[in-house]
Amino acid sequence: MIDSPAKLKSHAENLSKNSKPATTILVSLGTCGIAAGTRPINDMLKAEIASRKADIEIVEVGCMGLCHSEPTIEVVNNASGKSVIYGKVKADQVAAIIETASKGIEAASCTVINRSWFYPEENETATPERIQARIVLKNTGKINPEILDHYLAEKGYQALSKVLFDMTPQQVIDTVIESGLRGRGGGGFPTGKKWAFAAAQKADQKYVLCNADEGDPGAFMDRAVLEGDPHSVLEAMAITGYAIGSDTGIIYIRAEYPLAVKRLEIAIDQAKKQGLLGKNILGSKFSFDIMIKYGAGAFVCGEETALIHSVEGKRGEPTVKPPFPAIEGLWKKPTVVNNVETFANVCAIIRNGAPWFKKIGTPGSPGTKVFALAGKVKKVGLVEVPMGTTLRQIIFNVGGGIMNDRKFKAVQTGGPSGGCIKFDQLDTEIDYESLKRLGSMMGSGGMIVMDEDDCMVNVAKFFLEFTLDESCGKCTPCRIGNKRLYEMLHRICDGRGTRETIQNLKDLSNSIKDTALCGLGQTSPNPVLSTLAQFEHEYLAHIDEKRCEAGVCKKLLKYEINNSCVGCTLCARNCPANCISGSVKQKHSIDQSRCIKCGVCMDVCKFHAVDRK
Amino acid sequence: MSCPINSKAELAKLSPEKAEELDVYLTSLPLTDDRERNRGFLIQSLHKAQEIFTYLPSVVQVHVANRLGLHLAEVYGVISFYSYFTDKPVGRYKINICTGTACFVKGADKLVEEFQRYLGIKLGETGTDGKFSLTGLRCVGACSMAPVVMVNDRVYGNVTTKMVPEIISDCK
Repeated sequence: MIDSPAKLKSHAENLSKNSKPATTILVSLGTCGIAAGTRPINDMLKAEIASRKADIEIVEVGCMGLCHSEPTIEVVNNASGKSVIYGKVKADQVAAIIETASKGIEAASCTVINRSWFYPEENETATPERIQARIVLKNTGKINPEILDHYLAEKGYQALSKVLFDMTPQQVIDTVIESGLRGRGGGGFPTGKKWAFAAAQKADQKYVLCNADEGDPGAFMDRAVLEGDPHSVLEAMAITGYAIGSDTGIIYIRAEYPLAVKRLEIAIDQAKKQGLLGKNILGSKFSFDIMIKYGAGAFVCGEETALIHSVEGKRGEPTVKPPFPAIEGLWKKPTVVNNVETFANVCAIIRNGAPWFKKIGTPGSPGTKVFALAGKVKKVGLVEVPMGTTLRQIIFNVGGGIMNDRKFKAVQTGGPSGGCIKFDQLDTEIDYESLKRLGSMMGSGGMIVMDEDDCMVNVAKFFLEFTLDESCGKCTPCRIGNKRLYEMLHRICDGRGTRETIQNLKDLSNSIKDTALCGLGQTSPNPVLSTLAQFEHEYLAHIDEKRCEAGVCKKLLKYEINNSCVGCTLCARNCPANCISGSVKQKHSIDQSRCIKCGVCMDVCKFHAVDRK
Repeated sequence: MSCPINSKAELAKLSPEKAEELDVYLTSLPLTDDRERNRGFLIQSLHKAQEIFTYLPSVVQVHVANRLGLHLAEVYGVISFYSYFTDKPVGRYKINICTGTACFVKGADKLVEEFQRYLGIKLGETGTDGKFSLTGLRCVGACSMAPVVMVNDRVYGNVTTKMVPEIISDCK
């Protein structure tokens, strides 16, 4: 039981003094790592260490953000502090890694990854190779999320101790307001102000709600934080509770994240046992308890009023604001709803002060943002950069450029509510405002890179299909308007669109934007409007020339066999529609009336004799 | 308010063990006479019920409604709203193809077509032998391995159409 700030401090000091083995190996065991086969590598490392009786400890950590190179491990030499990160570790490399680790040198013939991030909290600064700044992801990939002492050794729960014993609730709110921290779930509302509204309410009960319903397809930063550093979120929720005068926290998490749920449960249990959550935290008068509530697969539940209804056990339909949740939220009591990533910033701000936080990022959007870089980019993974970093730096520097060296076409940010950004806008320094000016938005931080093989009309159609699926159906503009938008896009993809369709798309999109009830509906036409603004020529090619540049829209495709055909019959044998005819060693031909445009003939042909037009 | 039939007896006809397991869970909840507060436990109760019964047939819905003091319509309203819940039986192997954005740009639509062709069922359907059901889901957060297919709890990454027969034959 840690029942005083002094005990917490001395415990942390003892942990750092404890003698460590010569070498520590960090093994990345997040969802991606496990799926990529890190578990067997982990077992082999352990067996190798045991058989050699080497002075090496294994620490199972969360996501290091290097999803492109899983299985990933980091070998840290505790005497010198030097570390080597190995990516794509294979079974036959394990022995060499252990052998060299004891000697403090790099293993030959292994993929070594240079660290591309720095830790602002450890007084490191950016270098050309290290443009990522880790505040939110400081501990993920460094500590074992299932061991409380690991978190305590990284100054864990000291921010909570500081607010409970050295600060008034008002001072906590003032610090967060001064830091300029804005909601990382996408809206960008100043976090401190939200807290101030809730604190000003007089009520017998208030709630702190953590939004972990990461429903934006292509975003996985909240999952990484919860899997890799759950205590940082719990600590920040308790700090929020102290600031607004609440004794109950609830984490609303999607059921699709079983590992994150498990690690949260373990963390809550540990914190309660040590007196860091529950009654009279650290011997103070403040009590705070946290429970977990599960989502059940509804994107709209990321909207705060819908989320509150879901926690109450209702259909997750949003309601009109005001009243804002900070005034009238869960069970009609004042409620602060913050996103996982927002909470993950709070402890660092309290520990280091608002001026420290403001030094990172831009004046209007201080701090960092975590992006989930995915799609057609070489190095897929989690990226945490200071606000104000350019898209080019993220995609081409951190992300290593486009896969298979294809041409970059667009990057999509903000998920189904966001938009696409073109090549000539890549040097924009990103923050909440600049992305909005480009017709996109920050969103929760999904960043999907697309290349020349992606059709932008089809991409817009994809997002509309998603919105249709996820619309709760409460308001007409969203329920029916989006359906009509989808049908229009479908017509264009099928080659049945006209110039008038484009005008109708624009008009209806603007009407939906103005009249839908909640954030989901109001932003649902964004993918249409932004692709229309940036890639209108692609829409026109579909309409006027009946041509899909990227070769995606099937109805507009035509496969033909050219004179390179040697008559090997491979295409005819593989054609699922049996519509290719021709005798051996004679040029074949495709019966266009029966062709289903699957592209198998082109895939199997060894002589480049099939053209797609 | 509650449905007049003896829902526990009806449920026991389905499977006495499963009925008992669900009842033990519902009894462990701190339920009160306050309907609104009880409603807060509805979604987790349905998660538990679906975990036990694999789907939520009407007798299960009636029983949960009775125990929580809610209307059946309210329970059904929640089930129909959330995509995680289903009131239709599912196959022993739930093949979930991720159709999130990252998987979409990496060709998840081709996988959907191939699975539909291979299994002879459409997305959202269960085969007549009850072995497979095919569903699409939005993002499991494993975007680095897109396109991703989940079969029950197993995750397959970087899936190509050629891997489809292999994945099906893993289901024994």
